[in-house]
Amino acid sequence: MAILIIAEHDNAVLKAATLNTITAASQMGDECHLLVAGSSCSAVAEQGSKVAGVTKVLLADNTVYEYQLAENISKLVTELAPNYTHIVSAATTTGKNFMPRVAALLDVAQISDIIKVESENKFKRPIYAGNAIATVESLDNIKVITVRGTAFSAATTLDSNASIENLNIVHDAQMSQFISEEVAVSERPELTAAKVIISGGRGMGNGENFALLENVADKLGAAVGASRAAVDAGFVPNDMQVGQTGKIVAPDLYIAVGISGAIQHLAGMKDSKIIVAINKDEDAPIFQVADYGLVADLFEVLPELTDKL
Amino acid sequence: MKILVTVKRVIDYNVKARVKADNSDVDLANTKMALNPFCEIAVEEAIRLKESGAATEVVVVSIGPKACQEQIRTSLALGADRGIQIETDTMPESLNAAKLLAKVVEAEQPGLIIMGKQAIDSDNNQTGQMLAALLDMPQGTFASKVELIGEKVHVTREVDGGLQTIALNMPAIVTTDLRLNEPRYASLPNIMKAKRKPLVVQTPVDLGVEMKTHTQLVKVEAPTERQAGIKVNSIEELIEKLQNEAKVI
Repeated sequence: MAILIIAEHDNAVLKAATLNTITAASQMGDECHLLVAGSSCSAVAEQGSKVAGVTKVLLADNTVYEYQLAENISKLVTELAPNYTHIVSAATTTGKNFMPRVAALLDVAQISDIIKVESENKFKRPIYAGNAIATVESLDNIKVITVRGTAFSAATTLDSNASIENLNIVHDAQMSQFISEEVAVSERPELTAAKVIISGGRGMGNGENFALLENVADKLGAAVGASRAAVDAGFVPNDMQVGQTGKIVAPDLYIAVGISGAIQHLAGMKDSKIIVAINKDEDAPIFQVADYGLVADLFEVLPELTDKL
Repeated sequence: MKILVTVKRVIDYNVKARVKADNSDVDLANTKMALNPFCEIAVEEAIRLKESGAATEVVVVSIGPKACQEQIRTSLALGADRGIQIETDTMPESLNAAKLLAKVVEAEQPGLIIMGKQAIDSDNNQTGQMLAALLDMPQGTFASKVELIGEKVHVTREVDGGLQTIALNMPAIVTTDLRLNEPRYASLPNIMKAKRKPLVVQTPVDLGVEMKTHTQLVKVEAPTERQAGIKVNSIEELIEKLQNEAKVI
């Protein structure tokens, strides 16, 4: 029996989170099939076929899967599921959206956001905003699992190709329609994949001041993040939010500027290798997790940091 | 149109959870409990839809021991019309919760079901999607905007790349993200009034739901503690440490 991994993509490019998911899935069993469901997405299947650990690619290419609407994709995955012991996807907004639907249709539990594979049926996952780590054993025949990307390394690319099998399964539930999307544009690295992240909080004062962080980010090749307070205050768009309710990151270097360090925020970044905190309040909780802390006014030190890098 | 809202009693979001010494679970004895923040947003959205004339009644449901009636009363004080408690000894797994809620939906026939996107204790982010699957209804998860347009509900969703808007046939299930609205506070007169609003108690047996065990909690541990590091006095020192000691830039 094999493992089914559902690829995350935008119909042109396989998303990096899928590579981390493949690594996690490879720890559950040897044979891993990658399902690419989308519209005009054969390029994604090609990319998937070159990833180490993938033994077969299943391509479901149909307009009904273009936006990966949960109602349609969950039925496709459910139909394939009886051939698999594990159904695995990245714990991104896409995976979180359709996977529980798959689990319910199969009458099995879902184990969300795993950070470690203990055995083929035992997994570790954070609960209570990362303040506790639960080891959970699945008693179901088919295990439906979402993977926290930052907890696993990315699978590498090979010279060889796994075979690609075309699926002719079309599920159109016809109860939801895509209307529009608003994609945030950035030339900087993607937040969840960046080696260095500099984030701003309420202390930034306003959205214009984020330019100070962008200057530092440009010098370091870093991504720019934000705390929930900064997003709620309207300084920056929500897809920059790091935390329990935003993105979970674990870069080599995380620089928190004007961020107090609430539980909600720490849940999203405390697995970073090195944490730097710049804050004028020396009692801010962020200093309790920071490897290097600088008590200073961010408006004075950020330009200085940009100059000296 | 009737709106059904689900609420969960969880640890207060400001409280740091402590793991029990025997690693069996998190210790919730003498811990401040509250309405899950995402559920609070769901209640607020339902009440706003009622105030705008789009909805006629807001029914709030909670699953759990008797103590969760406190969270139902809080929701009634915020403006919900009546409450249903599904009495269980412990908090059921997401799929069992969804099965219980499906029975309530079948009985109540709401036009819209609003739920939080996740509970801040189990951090599962599953129940709304599972309920939608069991009822074969469309879902609008992680909603930051909900609009009723004609026979459909338009939901703007917070997705990784930005925002996505979808249209759903009704009845539909919407799960809330934090930016959907800013919940109101309950006034004292409304808290008093909420005490007289109807609240019925049902059990899984009444609803005819068999609770299956799908997972077993083996162990709960505290995460590896990060040690506080050092304070530097200047940007020069910070850059020097990052280059030579941490070697990250």
